[in-house]
Amino acid sequence: MRFLPHTDEDIASMLKVVGADSLDDLFSTVPGDCRHKASLNLPEPLTEWEANNLMDVLSHSMGVSPEFKVFIGAGSYEHYIPATVSCLIGRSEFVTSYTPYQPEMSQGTLQGIFEYQTLTARLLGMEVANASLYDGASALAEALLMSVRTTRRKKVAVSTLIHPLYRRVVQTYFRPTGFELVELPYLKNGRTDLSKLDKIDDLAAVAVQSPNFFGCIEDLQPIGERAHEKEALFVTAFTEPLAYGLLKNPGSQGADIACGEGQSLGIPQWFGGPGLGMFASKMKYVRNMPGRLVGETVDMDGKRGFVLTLATREQHIRREKATSNICTNNSLCALTAAMYMASVGRTGIRELSGLNHDKCEYLKSELKKAGFEMAFDSPTFNEFVVKFPTGFETTYERLLGKKIVAGLSLAPYYPELTDHYLLCVTETRTRDELDEFVKELRL
Amino acid sequence: MKEPLGTTGLILNEPLLWEKGKRGRSGFSLPRRDVPPCPLDAELTGEGPDFPDLSEVDVVRHYTRLSTWNFGVDTGMYPLGSCTMKYNPKTNERQASLPGFAGAHPLLPTNLQQGALKLISELEQYLAEITGMDAVTLQPAAGAQGELTGMLLMHAYHQSKGSPRSKIIVPDTAHGTNPASAALCGYQPVAVKSNDQGILSPNSIVELMDDDTAGIMVTNPNTLGLFEENIKKIAEVVHSKGGLVYGDGANMNAVMGIVRMGDIGVDVMHLNLHKTFSTPHGGGGPGSGPVCVKSHLEPFLPVPRVIEKENRFLLSEDFPDSIGKLHAFYGNFGVMVKAYNYIRSMGPENLKKASQLAVLNANYVKEMLCGVLHLAYDRPCMHECVFSDRLQKEQKITTLEMAKRLMDYGFHPPTIYFPLVVNGAIMIEPTETESKENIDEFIEAVKSIVNEAKEAPELVREAPKKCKVKRMDETAAARRPCLSG
Repeated sequence: MRFLPHTDEDIASMLKVVGADSLDDLFSTVPGDCRHKASLNLPEPLTEWEANNLMDVLSHSMGVSPEFKVFIGAGSYEHYIPATVSCLIGRSEFVTSYTPYQPEMSQGTLQGIFEYQTLTARLLGMEVANASLYDGASALAEALLMSVRTTRRKKVAVSTLIHPLYRRVVQTYFRPTGFELVELPYLKNGRTDLSKLDKIDDLAAVAVQSPNFFGCIEDLQPIGERAHEKEALFVTAFTEPLAYGLLKNPGSQGADIACGEGQSLGIPQWFGGPGLGMFASKMKYVRNMPGRLVGETVDMDGKRGFVLTLATREQHIRREKATSNICTNNSLCALTAAMYMASVGRTGIRELSGLNHDKCEYLKSELKKAGFEMAFDSPTFNEFVVKFPTGFETTYERLLGKKIVAGLSLAPYYPELTDHYLLCVTETRTRDELDEFVKELRL
Repeated sequence: MKEPLGTTGLILNEPLLWEKGKRGRSGFSLPRRDVPPCPLDAELTGEGPDFPDLSEVDVVRHYTRLSTWNFGVDTGMYPLGSCTMKYNPKTNERQASLPGFAGAHPLLPTNLQQGALKLISELEQYLAEITGMDAVTLQPAAGAQGELTGMLLMHAYHQSKGSPRSKIIVPDTAHGTNPASAALCGYQPVAVKSNDQGILSPNSIVELMDDDTAGIMVTNPNTLGLFEENIKKIAEVVHSKGGLVYGDGANMNAVMGIVRMGDIGVDVMHLNLHKTFSTPHGGGGPGSGPVCVKSHLEPFLPVPRVIEKENRFLLSEDFPDSIGKLHAFYGNFGVMVKAYNYIRSMGPENLKKASQLAVLNANYVKEMLCGVLHLAYDRPCMHECVFSDRLQKEQKITTLEMAKRLMDYGFHPPTIYFPLVVNGAIMIEPTETESKENIDEFIEAVKSIVNEAKEAPELVREAPKKCKVKRMDETAAARRPCLSG
């Protein structure tokens, strides 16, 4: 086996030093009745070339771009990833290192994550960003738990236009705690309905997503004001960070915590993970923040360098009193996002974000021309909801035959929205493909 | 001793991203604009983030230089105890980057997901076989989230029995994530001390286990690198009071094919695919923390679960007692691909051999360094061994200083000051992928440092000298946090 370097001679000489007769003998402290006597029932080893064949076959059975034109977003977005990002993130000094507990040997990761924190804070208009969490869903759950800790209140209000799967993760985190989750309904225009807020007191947080699950851009500022009137924290979530190349950022709209999924920033879709839980807040809440933080400092000679810091919030120091149980960040994904943000730059993200918006608007207008009904009239970013004619399932299947995935049916998530589909268009769809899609839909 | 690995190569300085670049540069090939502009309402439009504008070469040089300031398993031996820094096969990276996996949307119609679902289903079966458990969820995104999942499963189980319990027993040798995960579930962790042999004695559990205790969290082998020999007896005590045994699988690399936790009384456990199953650590993630359970906990596993029906794989939500979801989608699939490929590449005999060699390497280090450093517990260890700086007290040289000096010799330091039960702990886990020559070189380096402690202590106190930076001022970083530039 090529990963195991020991020769028989090595094993014999090492066993002699240890004073054991055989490899089995090394396990003398394992009682006999704890030993597994049989061989593991697993497939026999494959050569590298056999494994390649096996994995090629498995992966070829997936319906992916460019063979399929997938018009689904809903928290996982197809964006172009520059070759530079894929190559640089493959540097094995980044890939095969551990959490940077020993800063003198980890300055690459540490400076890279410090830059990620900075670019994230700038993207979201926030004062401080952490080194990342697992994904958008756990980031939202952690944001709400942080709000509970900060305000010492036990109730949070969450828009139903936050990604339905994120809300389910929040429910899982909340279930054993006794904290209460109140859901805010949505309006006919595809934005969150705040009227219910008047009747709820003692709120730790008000959370909305923008662009929301329907793709609609929420008017964040007044929501933040309502949250602050209630002395609750204003939590804004997102699934599409590229939107902030164009939209007002959450910080400028009064967000206390901004959190969401960063997969769009150069990270492959990977069937839903690993992604990137982006997490930022106002500086005054930093000591209640979950997750790793990298800070700038100096070495013995006064030279600039970076270290993990404010560790007294964390589980390895505080144990059960920690702000979270999280131990890692999604470091490599955070570094990927930083590389991506550095590559697109200020000028590029503006144009790219605009292109996402404009291509989506193009499809929207072509669909309208073709007589399809838009479900909500609020402005959207790169996703929107169409109400297709009853019986659209047949058309959906026919389009699948043409290798077009015509969006995501909303009925499983919002039972009242039968025949409603969430469509997504990013910079990767060409005008020709959009025209073809509309043509097929009209047939 | 031959010339040490560590040397001062050419280390290039590199500023922060925003300290370089010029407006108007670009490192990105902007896609063709083939649709007309359609301005968004100015009320909603912002100014865009203040990112630097860099050329492609700027970006490439920047990250290439940064990478050279890092040390990884591919650079050299990384004997970080309890972290299992084994070699991460390159073939795993190839498989995870296949377009069919990397480009797959998680909400595709079922017919277009079959390869991924099959892989998930088979990986679940392999992990169940390796651990001797009945069912597996791959959804948790990391070990700590696996622990949380395990705690939620315990909580749901006790709830279903009509007796929500409030406490959980956690040994003093446990990772900090154990009590933190338990606390997230509302459990009050109750610490139990290990005995003078470094393991748990059944009597101490008898004293603590009662009807209000949900169970115990056991890391086996424990963080002293010792097998919890009394595990079966402990499990009996816990089960007799209606409790459950949680196994922290962080140290599973010691016992693949040798001990199956499901066979010795463990009800629920997590694995770390980034440790035992060789997916890389990535500088701190992404990991993956599958949770394996016995059948009595299966109804509570997270949804959706992959099921097979008429030779097709489906994602099913039809598990009414489920604790719900831990991840927006199905967990870190890209990491699962690597672990799957590793298990298929290794096969059953090589997995067992890997554990045997991991234990051989650790025992070899223990024998060779015993007396050079103070050995905390002088008994056969599993995949890691724990020393301390007690013998260096006379020279006033600490664990931290010796760890830093190891860098100058070209090695990543071991885990230090953990487990907490050993003062000045030095926890060494060589892993099976280090050859005898590498380990001998490491041993020579430690001996040489111990010698320096006596003869030239300033060399140790001022270490490291050959890294990008010298000893960092961590106190200043925490006192005046500067968290963005």
